[in-house]
Amino acid sequence: MTVAAEKRIVRPYGDTTGDGMVQVSFTLPVPHDKRAEGAAVQLANKMGIDPAMLVHAKPMSDGFTFFVVYGRVNHLVDLSAVQVVERDFPLLSAKEVNAVVKQRLRRKLSVVGACIGTDAHTVGIDAILNVKGIAGEKGLEYYRELRVTNLGAQVSVPELVEAARRERADAVLVSQVVTQRDAHLHNTREMSAAFREAMPAGRRPLLVVGGPRFDETMTGELGVDRIFGRGTTPGEVASYLVHALITNRGAGA
Amino acid sequence: MTGKLDLDPVLVARARELARRAGQPVVDLARSHTTVSVERAVLRLAGVTGADPDGIPWVNRLVDAVVADVGLGHGVAVPVFDALAREQISDVTLLAQKAAAGSVRFAVPSGKAATAARRAARRAVGAGVRLVDRRRAERDRLVKRYGDPARRPWIYLIVATGDIYEDIPQAQAAARAGADVIAVIRSTGQSLLDYVPEGATREGFAGTYATQENFRLMRAALDSTSRELGRYVRLTNYASGLCMPEMATLAGLERLDMMLNDSMYGILFRDINPIRTFVDQRFSRQVHARAGIIINTGEDNYLTTADAVEEAHTVTVSQLLNEFFAHEAGLADWQLGLGHAFEINPDLPESFRLELAHALLARELFPDAPLKWMPPTKHMTGDVFRGNLLDGFFNLVGAMTGQGILLVGMMTEAVVTPWLSDRDIALQNVRYVLGAAGGLHEDFVPAPGGFIRQRANRVLGEALDLLERIGDQSLLTAIAEGTFGIMKRPADRGRGLAGVARHEADYYNPATEILEGGRA
Repeated sequence: MTVAAEKRIVRPYGDTTGDGMVQVSFTLPVPHDKRAEGAAVQLANKMGIDPAMLVHAKPMSDGFTFFVVYGRVNHLVDLSAVQVVERDFPLLSAKEVNAVVKQRLRRKLSVVGACIGTDAHTVGIDAILNVKGIAGEKGLEYYRELRVTNLGAQVSVPELVEAARRERADAVLVSQVVTQRDAHLHNTREMSAAFREAMPAGRRPLLVVGGPRFDETMTGELGVDRIFGRGTTPGEVASYLVHALITNRGAGA
Repeated sequence: MTGKLDLDPVLVARARELARRAGQPVVDLARSHTTVSVERAVLRLAGVTGADPDGIPWVNRLVDAVVADVGLGHGVAVPVFDALAREQISDVTLLAQKAAAGSVRFAVPSGKAATAARRAARRAVGAGVRLVDRRRAERDRLVKRYGDPARRPWIYLIVATGDIYEDIPQAQAAARAGADVIAVIRSTGQSLLDYVPEGATREGFAGTYATQENFRLMRAALDSTSRELGRYVRLTNYASGLCMPEMATLAGLERLDMMLNDSMYGILFRDINPIRTFVDQRFSRQVHARAGIIINTGEDNYLTTADAVEEAHTVTVSQLLNEFFAHEAGLADWQLGLGHAFEINPDLPESFRLELAHALLARELFPDAPLKWMPPTKHMTGDVFRGNLLDGFFNLVGAMTGQGILLVGMMTEAVVTPWLSDRDIALQNVRYVLGAAGGLHEDFVPAPGGFIRQRANRVLGEALDLLERIGDQSLLTAIAEGTFGIMKRPADRGRGLAGVARHEADYYNPATEILEGGRA
């Protein structure tokens, strides 16, 4: 039996096993006075911190107060009840992605991206493809071993299929932000149908769609290989492409 | 040279000469081409305002109509003012509406009609430029009345809620808390819109749309805060992307004080066509020069994509190029907020000394420019305690090397958009460092022959090598071959290329004529 399995119940650790000590900071929209400090302690108590030590209170801006609270939290953590959803592919760094493509594919991996239909919101596709990327993570253009063609906004499905053919796309990335009258779902179905019609199964690029309102479990229904939801990073997409097109190819599909 | 690094003046002069040689062919290109956005900016100066019911600005509709009839290469001023005379209309916006409805045809007049159209266009655009002049005089007056911040660097804070009516109280609170400059970040993707949205806007993605009305609302709010604080609070936005010339024009008309405006950012990071970018950039910088706006260049971005030590010299090269393009467009040294950043991996031995060397190199090379010092982003991990320490060291470099504009770093960089408390803690950090060590640049002279001097001279040497390599092959070739960042951006590719045209023999642009000639 491993140590971790033995120790199912844990508490936060301050300086002694089992002391349950935590530190939190937060802001309340009230001016700084005795009542504000009492309010902060009340919040800490409701968070399960009891006794709560208010160690810092500072007025900020107009009518706000910032607090730092230390104290003993009475919650227990049951390690056996922890549930996590595992990604089904390993997350690789840009370097690792490049190395796998270079060694195993031995040519650049071609990615074609677009916003299809009337959707002019290139926010999503640009965040994934542009060098600038998002939240400090560079987009796919930054990856030396990926050849990225970003068609931009309002691309028609036939144009997309044609571009995918011309660029010998290994993967097609489509972003859909507008959801009026389920436009994102209609556009995606139209796109996947067009690729099915235009290319035989073995030659078809990997079809990936992304957008904030997609349900990630709808791949079968929409006829695509993968759906990415809100908050997806370029690194996740690149890792998935490498997984689906190179490292896992033949193993599953 | 103030001589803290013992830089060889011959090498420095050589670097400037090489930057000029690399940049001059690009200037020639810019002088012989126009773009839809340059022409739209001309129409905005001539008084075209507003948008159609779909939100497409009348300047876009009018330029599109002219291009459909006679192409872009003559410039739109003459065809527009010729049509105005023929239709006997006095209002250019009304003409745009008629043109959009298809009831006006455009032609390229000759003889007397051409002379008259040129004169009328120059008069109308001249009135717009005079408005920009008045805004500049107004700024000078307000700065005199309320005063500049008591010390350098100016403290620069970002606001970005997506809703202009939410931005305003946040900006005012930030100014009260000590910010000297407020920047309103634009909505993601605005740089790729080939039009400027209209009106006050309340929803954006990770930022607020830049519109003339949003500019006006925010400037008016900060004017009242300036009065309250007895200190002129500056406002910043972005002249970048596909509408650079129009953004610059609207900034001039609404008395913005600083604009982000980099010579290569759009090409490298947004895949905008290089020719489009350089043509748009030159016009926008001419407007900035006239409007008394300080530009902020984007060298910090190189360091977020490339290694901040290995690629330090590309920052220097870009600063030299930005300086050349800025001077050529008429900007004075005090208007050059050349960018650089604190982005060296903090785990690297001597990283702080390397940062000092790089920051001081920029200071010594551009002694009269208000350098813009950008905080760490790449190595902010979500460990807010370490992040706050790193920001403190960033602030210290700013104080020790006499930076002009200091963008306040947030310990929650890469975690959340800054909370009220994050901003307060960040400003506390800045205040402590500037309060404790604000004058340290007076005492700080690196030891002769020491680590910092050696490093700075080495970076300058590498910058010279790169400039020599760019040398005779022109900047466009260098960009096409992936010299900057790692992106290859050939001149015949990229966004916005369709909106570029070579000047015809009779090309006329009254705005350029006035901006290059002086009087409006």
